[in-house]
Amino acid sequence: MTRTTHWLYGWLLVLPAASLLGLFTHYPAIATLWHSFNSTPKSGRPMQWVGIDNYRQLAADPIFWQALGNNLWYALGTIPLSIALALLMALWVNSAVAGRGFLRLAYFTPTILPMIAVANIWLFFYTPEYGLLEKALAAMGAGTHNWLGSKSTALACLMIVTVWKEAGFFMIFYLAALQSLSPHLAEAAAIEGASRSYFFRRVTFPLLMPTTLFVLVNAVINAFRLVDHVVVMTRGGPDNATSLLLFYIYEMGFRFWDSASAAALTMVLLAVLGAVALAQFWFLERRVHYQ
Amino acid sequence: MTDVYASRGMQLGLETAAAWLLGLLWLLPLAYAVWTAFHPAEFSTRFVADAPLTLENFAKAWQAAPFARYFANTVLLVTIVLAAQLILVTTAAYAFARFEFPGRNVLFALVLVQLMVMPDVLIVENYRTMTALGLKDTIVAIGLPYMASAFGIFLMRQTFKTVPRELDEAARIEGCGPLEVLWKVYVPLARPMYLAFALVSVSYHWNNFLWPLIITNSVESRPLTVGLQVFSSGDQGIDWSIITAATLLTSAPLLLAFLLFQRQFVQSFMRAGIR
Repeated sequence: MTRTTHWLYGWLLVLPAASLLGLFTHYPAIATLWHSFNSTPKSGRPMQWVGIDNYRQLAADPIFWQALGNNLWYALGTIPLSIALALLMALWVNSAVAGRGFLRLAYFTPTILPMIAVANIWLFFYTPEYGLLEKALAAMGAGTHNWLGSKSTALACLMIVTVWKEAGFFMIFYLAALQSLSPHLAEAAAIEGASRSYFFRRVTFPLLMPTTLFVLVNAVINAFRLVDHVVVMTRGGPDNATSLLLFYIYEMGFRFWDSASAAALTMVLLAVLGAVALAQFWFLERRVHYQ
Repeated sequence: MTDVYASRGMQLGLETAAAWLLGLLWLLPLAYAVWTAFHPAEFSTRFVADAPLTLENFAKAWQAAPFARYFANTVLLVTIVLAAQLILVTTAAYAFARFEFPGRNVLFALVLVQLMVMPDVLIVENYRTMTALGLKDTIVAIGLPYMASAFGIFLMRQTFKTVPRELDEAARIEGCGPLEVLWKVYVPLARPMYLAFALVSVSYHWNNFLWPLIITNSVESRPLTVGLQVFSSGDQGIDWSIITAATLLTSAPLLLAFLLFQRQFVQSFMRAGIR
């Protein structure tokens, strides 16, 4: 094959995927930036350049700051916990514990369910007076509490749902990594007289670092990408206590039909995701990989 | 297993107990849902051994909303998306793995952007695009933003790169063109990875909710997840047993497939994760 036909084949093979990606990833990202500097077109009033007005409005909007704050708490509350649980599950499922097959199934099953089904199941679980949680607490003599309806507990309730759904998913990656570790490492460490916890801290855990990074990036993205349960369980309430960034974008764009504000909000979300990507590169530069 | 650090004795006993406690805790919400769905409403939180089993909740749910149509829509959606993905991902990955062409690295970097900036986030602009294309409220519109999957392209490129060049060259000497080589050498060798990608893709799109919620507006195009939400948030008077039955109904096909092919599922998710 000549060089030119080689080029031609390369381009033609990439073309279909590249054009769809351009249309639904790159174009919308750039269009979002453009629209965030313009007003929302209304009947009789076409779109107009407004500079940073949308961002100024956003900065003055207490609900935006609350959604951003909620989202950070939500990330902080779900990510470390689900990763720690995932590692623990993987260690157990990979050990000599009886009924490993059943346990793996139990841990992993929530991952397969749609988030909206999960949300429905937990909605019932949390129902005041009627739900299982309330029944159990009543049996122990505790008073009734509206778990999803009060500002102090609603976000925590959503976090539990997320951890429940995600931990088993992350477990799989840890399990794969654990199974690929060479048994010689343990033998060598034992000959050197390393204790069990020392071996885990200084050998196993560092070797799992690439997996941890992979899982971490996925967990962070999910914390900003998945709001299905917010839609089903709380609709952002009570009093915006459970509104997350993407949910606020959804409300702004499709309930208030304020596409300019929604565009500015989307830019904030894209900035967050971009920061995650940069952090990931930075970590990779510092060699989390042992290869 | 000759793991010198494996737990023994007391330690193992404690770990087993803790692992089972967590396992049962993890199954509890699901077990509770199954109980509620298969018993009459008055037993939904009364756990007595002689509670009568019933399928009535499922029957009522099935009649209360056009779930048959929703099922058909979802099946059509995941089929269209997967078919398009397989074609687009295969050709692009092949080009990135085995063709030298100007702009390859830049293009590949642009593809990887989608790993961070997913269609799930660009809902406002994509809604505008779909409106402009006249595709609003169609099944194609639900799937279109996801068809060129950066994740898939990355995954298959890595896989194609592991195919020995000699096989490629041997096929070419036999007189195969580039597309024939792709079809006869690369695709068959990548079969396990295709299975992995397909399972991840199908479960993702079976479960996807927010974008379909936004872009669809009628029974004719709504997938199961959105249909379930419309159903369960509709009437105030609908009782929980029926909603729970509907919830299990919508997740049942994936759940059953998972229980039957557990090993393949778990291995596929592992494969797709380790690259």
